Amino acid sequence: MPRTRSESAPARPTPVAPPPPPRYAFPAPLWRTVERLRPPGLGRTRHWRSPLRGPWLTSVFGAVLLVSLPIVIVTGLLDYLAYGPQFHQAFPFGVGWLHLPYFDWPTRPSWLFRLTQGLHVGLGLVLIPVVLAKLWSVVPRLFAWPPARSLAQVLERTSLIAVVGGILFEIATGVLNIQYDYVFGFDFYTAHYFGAWVFLGGIVVHVALKFPHLVAGLRSRSLRTELRTPLAETQPEPAHPEDPDSLVALDPAPPTISRRGLLAVVGGGALLVGLLTAGQTIGGPLRRAAILLPRGRSYGDGPNDFQINRTSLAAGITDELVGPTWRLNLTGGALPVTFDLNALHAMPQHTAELPLACVEGWSSTQVWSGVRLRDLAAMAGVPAPTSAVVRSVEPAGAFNVATLTRGQVLDPDSLLATEVNGTPLSRDHGAPCRVIAPAVPGVHCTKWVGSIEFRTAP
Amino acid sequence: MIAGVITGWRSFYGEHPAHLLAVLACLALAGYAALGVLMNPVWPRMLLWFAAAIVAHDLVLFPLYAATDRLLNRVRPGPAVNYLRLPLLGVGVSFALFFPGIIRQGAVTYHAATGLTQEPFLARWLLLCAAMFGASLLAYALRSGVRRLLQT
Repeated sequence: MPRTRSESAPARPTPVAPPPPPRYAFPAPLWRTVERLRPPGLGRTRHWRSPLRGPWLTSVFGAVLLVSLPIVIVTGLLDYLAYGPQFHQAFPFGVGWLHLPYFDWPTRPSWLFRLTQGLHVGLGLVLIPVVLAKLWSVVPRLFAWPPARSLAQVLERTSLIAVVGGILFEIATGVLNIQYDYVFGFDFYTAHYFGAWVFLGGIVVHVALKFPHLVAGLRSRSLRTELRTPLAETQPEPAHPEDPDSLVALDPAPPTISRRGLLAVVGGGALLVGLLTAGQTIGGPLRRAAILLPRGRSYGDGPNDFQINRTSLAAGITDELVGPTWRLNLTGGALPVTFDLNALHAMPQHTAELPLACVEGWSSTQVWSGVRLRDLAAMAGVPAPTSAVVRSVEPAGAFNVATLTRGQVLDPDSLLATEVNGTPLSRDHGAPCRVIAPAVPGVHCTKWVGSIEFRTAP
Repeated sequence: MIAGVITGWRSFYGEHPAHLLAVLACLALAGYAALGVLMNPVWPRMLLWFAAAIVAHDLVLFPLYAATDRLLNRVRPGPAVNYLRLPLLGVGVSFALFFPGIIRQGAVTYHAATGLTQEPFLARWLLLCAAMFGASLLAYALRSGVRRLLQT
């Protein structure tokens, strides 16, 4: 087959070798019978008319996903580790062997979690148009007939359920979750985490089996030539009419868009989604471009006007809990120590610019001030803790307690913050004090802190 | 000898033995992952959503957008159909991704989390749609204007 098509117009149809006759594996009579009993409409019929579908186009979409989807998968699995599975605070519990090797989540760079969750959610959303285009490009295979000519094909098509179902399930649950729409009625973490591994199982075998096709598909045409081919010269990809498995239409309609035009449409779709998404984690003026996402909303321009993920009202925070009678209890040393807010203010203060980053794909960088956690540990009589359990005065809620690692407690920028941007924290942001620490997931930056237990045993 | 065994295997199974190993390994992994949700009492619901995701895309969304595209091509044959097709795609993708805010689904959770309501999203989305159709119309007008100028 020629590697590039002649650039001179009109392009001549390329002669294509007839495919080898289909081989039927055991039990051949069964597969032959199935093939004969073709229901109307199925198979490579003349109803499929796209002049652009073909192995090259599918390979281009496949190559884009092959490079980018691993980033989404790995950042997702890293976010699980960031939640601290060693403290049983990563969801779902008990994932067996299905996790990356455990390690203590580092505190540097301070934007590490902002990066991993931002990439996971942001890139995941941006790739949706590419996933849809890839599925469109291969959809005739879904209606192919016969569905299989061997046991090998039966197994391979079964594995596609994990691929297609897996990616669509991950997209659906993820897209709903970042918009607080829990219409699915099951635990998001459990579904999204195990769904990812089902997809991973499917996609690994899919890539292993299709990689040679992907390489051959990419080599069948020159991308550079395609990018120079206007609509008037756009021809279908070459295929033999007798090949029952070909993606190329038997009777293609006249093209209404060039191949480069279609790539631009898909790329443009990804760009549109990117524009509507990036602001919720990049912030600054771009935040306002995220017009359709919860995290693009503006709270005003005051020092406390940035994103909230749980209001004090919803958390059940009352005046009795955080008013003048509020106390901070530090335990783990020989004797428990108690401070009121004035005592906290009288301690050495430290200021740090740190991102507050949520696993739902948004973040917001602010300037926080308060007492270093390691100073509090020393005051509690535990200068070298192995971990710290921070409890909120919030009566109920999945995240009213969080365990921090030794590194997260001892980092010089880890704070029990009482101020943000030079003013006291608002109650929605955790007044009288909250944890803020570098690269710690937002839900573990506990608000309305009531006690900290510094531990020395693992 | 080995080559003969592999040929025999191929005529039975249809592919190289490595194919079977790869597919079984990955199906086992997917199965092991699926086992993980069995501890969760609502696993049938998850399974339902998994299957529904496939059906919704392959048997609802795809036929729907393919039929819409055929209709558009009939209304306006030729490349000019893209002036309708592209903004419609933009409308479809933006709705498919951000519909919870637009139709105010999950309003209670949204309010508890953010202290805000989903009130602005519908208007914003409609403005975005208007902008996409408007840009397309402008491009069409400019293009046909230029063409007319070139012809005279």
